[in-house]
Amino acid sequence: MSRLGRILGTILRLLAHVLALMLRQVRRFFAFLAGDPQADRAVPPTGFTASLTLFTAGAMAFLAVFALALALATGRMAEQWGDQLARTATLRLPALEEVEARTATALRILDQTPGVAEARALTTEENQALLEPWLGPDLPLGSLPVPQLIEVTLDGEDFDAAGLRARLEGELPGAVLDDHTRWRAPLFEAASRLRALGLLSLLLIAASTGAMITLAAQAALAANAQVIRVLRLVGARDIYIARAFVRRFTLRAAWGAAGGTIAGVVAVLLLPSADTAGGFLTGLGFQGAGWLAPVLIPPLAAIMAFAATRAAALRMLRTQS
Amino acid sequence: MIELQGVGYGYGGRALFSDLSMALAPGSFHFLTGPSGAGKTTLLKLCYAELRATEGRVSLWGRDARGMDRDAVALVRRRIGVVHQDCQFLDHLPVAENILLPLIVAGRQDEGERNLRELLAWVGLTEQAGQYPPELSGGERQRAALARAVITSPEVILADEPTGNLDWEMSQRLLTLLVELNRMGKSVLIATHDLNLIRASKAQVATRTLRLRNGRLQQAGADL
Repeated sequence: MSRLGRILGTILRLLAHVLALMLRQVRRFFAFLAGDPQADRAVPPTGFTASLTLFTAGAMAFLAVFALALALATGRMAEQWGDQLARTATLRLPALEEVEARTATALRILDQTPGVAEARALTTEENQALLEPWLGPDLPLGSLPVPQLIEVTLDGEDFDAAGLRARLEGELPGAVLDDHTRWRAPLFEAASRLRALGLLSLLLIAASTGAMITLAAQAALAANAQVIRVLRLVGARDIYIARAFVRRFTLRAAWGAAGGTIAGVVAVLLLPSADTAGGFLTGLGFQGAGWLAPVLIPPLAAIMAFAATRAAALRMLRTQS
Repeated sequence: MIELQGVGYGYGGRALFSDLSMALAPGSFHFLTGPSGAGKTTLLKLCYAELRATEGRVSLWGRDARGMDRDAVALVRRRIGVVHQDCQFLDHLPVAENILLPLIVAGRQDEGERNLRELLAWVGLTEQAGQYPPELSGGERQRAALARAVITSPEVILADEPTGNLDWEMSQRLLTLLVELNRMGKSVLIATHDLNLIRASKAQVATRTLRLRNGRLQQAGADL
């Protein structure tokens, strides 16, 4: 057999081994979810902790949906704002004589500049529209020294703002190129911070959920101290006792989180559409693949409940004889 | 099987007993007697590793109990049937399930269900199988506790004041059940202050009586 054949054989055996391992884990997971009815019966359900876990998981999942929506929306906006502003620049020519000739020179220079897709001088009407919010509709634009604005659309990474500024300084003294860097930076920062806040909120929600479920599990374990003692005395291993609690809390957390997630998604759906209002808050929602993100909340809550309850149960059982 | 060598136990700076030595051999029948508070229950708890000796060595099937982890303790307890003074039932489960509990936790419930009916008849609780522990009388609870202690066919049976709440007739019946188990090869250790029970047993089986007094374990003699 060739060396390649041996290597392939080894890889296939390894893959088969990994697959078998994964299947075993999947089977164990489903067996865990299905549970052992006898073991479950040994530990009586406690109404108070059941309700607390369901409510906590539901409420936290509801909040997590909004935190997630905030994080995704701010991320999206940062990208959108950055993208829009990064693709445009403005060239301002001072209101001097020979405006038309200077505008033509500027357009020629821009036409020769790498990375510039399009350059267009704003018309008098467009200038009027820009100034109208500040100076009113009856603006005598012709009698005012209004600078000529040229809108520049960029199309590539090879646009060299510093090089263009140097050339403009030589050929069109007084011309100012604004590539929106000073606008973009704070917008980016604000959006990034909002996204970080959203993610931090998610972490806090996850930590709070874990803490609440741990407390509920501890309360359930304390309420069942006598049951645990009897089970230990008849030869139950810690993992057997813990499993009954862990499975119960995991399922409760999953169901609670599923309910909270559905409620949260419905609430997000009921927010005003971004298209109709167009503001920041109305853009708070999920788009495209982002809709899949809330689906992850219930399984994540279940995993967290599993880990929190298992740790609490085993820790508490270790203190018993 | 169970061996204590120079064992002592104390708490709060006070020694309950010290330098105790005894061994439970296969098929032996022991009584442990002594005044209340002498440490009979504590001694039994050392035998099934609910407590750890503060001095000496408790050996369970050749292993030092002090070195056992929690899983090892659980496995050792499956080899010991314990009849607790207060029975220790799960009140939310019917009697039959309480009796099956040692097999359920060991994952052997199938074999238990075959024996359950026979065992219930043996302890006279067939009709009470579906009842819950709080619904049972003192005698019924003690017999159910005995049934639970033997369902796994353990090698050793430890009973802590098993006749404490029973009338004489019921005490005799329970003793007869324990003697029957001993004849089947089980080692039995009964902690009791009921001297009449000890005297009554002598007609049925060869027993050895140990007396725990003033922190020392002595072989009881003709004064019983």
